[in-house]
Amino acid sequence: MGEGTAGAVEHDPEGEEPAFRLRRVRIERGGRVVLDGVDLDVPSGRITALLGPSGSGKTSLLRILNRLDDPAGGEVLYRGRPLTGYPVRELRRRVGFVFQAPVMFDGTVEENLRAPAREAGWPEEETRRRVREALELAELDGDLLDRPGGELSVGQQQRANLARTLVNRPETLLLDEPTSALDAVTSRRLLRTFRRLAEEEGRTAVMATHREEEARAAGDLAVVLTGGGVDRVGRPTEVL
Amino acid sequence: MTQAPILDAPILQISWLELALSGGLILMAAGLSRSFRTGLSGSFLLGALRTVVQLTLVGYVLVYVFSVEQWWLVLAALALMTAVATREAVQRQDGPPGKLYGITGLALALGAGLTLVYVSAVVVRPDPWYNPRYLIPLFGMIISSAMNAAALAAERLAGEMESRRREIEARLALGADAVEASREPVRRAIRAASIPIMNQLMIVGIVALPGMMTGQIISGTSPLTAVRYQIVVMFMLAAAVAVSAAGVAAWYRREFFSDALQFRPPGRESTA
Repeated sequence: MGEGTAGAVEHDPEGEEPAFRLRRVRIERGGRVVLDGVDLDVPSGRITALLGPSGSGKTSLLRILNRLDDPAGGEVLYRGRPLTGYPVRELRRRVGFVFQAPVMFDGTVEENLRAPAREAGWPEEETRRRVREALELAELDGDLLDRPGGELSVGQQQRANLARTLVNRPETLLLDEPTSALDAVTSRRLLRTFRRLAEEEGRTAVMATHREEEARAAGDLAVVLTGGGVDRVGRPTEVL
Repeated sequence: MTQAPILDAPILQISWLELALSGGLILMAAGLSRSFRTGLSGSFLLGALRTVVQLTLVGYVLVYVFSVEQWWLVLAALALMTAVATREAVQRQDGPPGKLYGITGLALALGAGLTLVYVSAVVVRPDPWYNPRYLIPLFGMIISSAMNAAALAAERLAGEMESRRREIEARLALGADAVEASREPVRRAIRAASIPIMNQLMIVGIVALPGMMTGQIISGTSPLTAVRYQIVVMFMLAAAVAVSAAGVAAWYRREFFSDALQFRPPGRESTA
């Protein structure tokens, strides 16, 4: 679908290399084709909103971008290199994923935030610095650090999940309906956080959502998925 | 101190007629089962028949193995016991076996084998080293406990992996490897597999007199000697259970991840 490429190019006037480049991507789940022939450029340093009804393949598409799943066909490039060319753990640190329903690990909020450090083996000082920085970026109240993760409200848990992902300092964030479990006020605040991460930190984000107003509020680019493919790509104000 | 005459009395042999009369107990169990319509009375009779046939056969096999006194025959018997235990442990699982045969076989061989080597080389020291009178009964006890532990570990691991799928994927998404992502399921699987032997260690001698000790005492061994053997056996079982459960849990977990560190429980259709 050339439309996807055209849309992305139009919104990438500097000709900067896209964060992700998808070519003829085909995704199957349980033997069923969810998306087929997807051509899409995801611009760097912007928020791309993936829209579509339930089952249109938003989550499936996000999951292939940090290789939680692999596509059944086609090719996905990240910063010019095939996804399969990256060591998968390095890719996942650079491309973070925030799930639709927050997942707290056993233990306190601080232990949750330190989980990425256990694997990366940073020195203690470095870990502390990253945790502090992530708390600030995710606008998570530092007083919550000592609380068991399971005791937080859903909104706080989603912020803690975002913070835990940010501890890795990912260049790109994949956000799978991150506000769907939250009330309107909490949602708006979280969307503002995402905007700030893109504008001030230059991070790329791909956000799945089924709410058009969210795409308009937070997205630089809107990608509408329907009927097993990309239906429209463009500025949210134009295509929605 | 002179021993009480009760300990010196000759062993009472069970005649074929007396053995047949013991079948009355099974008839009682089957009859009771029938009156409550549990649907198990037939199984009681079949189970009784299998008990008679299997134990009689094994009795003759043991008599043969004991009389031939060949080290390779003893090792072959131990290998056969390991193979049967492996099959039994794997068949108790719901999912497709896949590599579970190899994993369980290796874990049982390692857990039960190491334990037997340690006990026979350091503690019991039979002469000759392959003396089947010691190795086979000891290994039988070790391998059956190890088998239960392996089956429990595999079953619990599969259950924990499935129920913690979201957590595992969240860890993978943060850059965790398979070991880190499945640390909690593995921990819980090993724990679950260790609990039965832990309970036995706690209650042995109080609630239950173990089968081997009972057998030795009936065969005329002094209770104090029987107790020493039983203590060694309990420690053996603990070691065999720990190694087998850890082996199964640690190796089986890899089957839940693809090479690209994607969560793929065995037997589940690929989502790619």
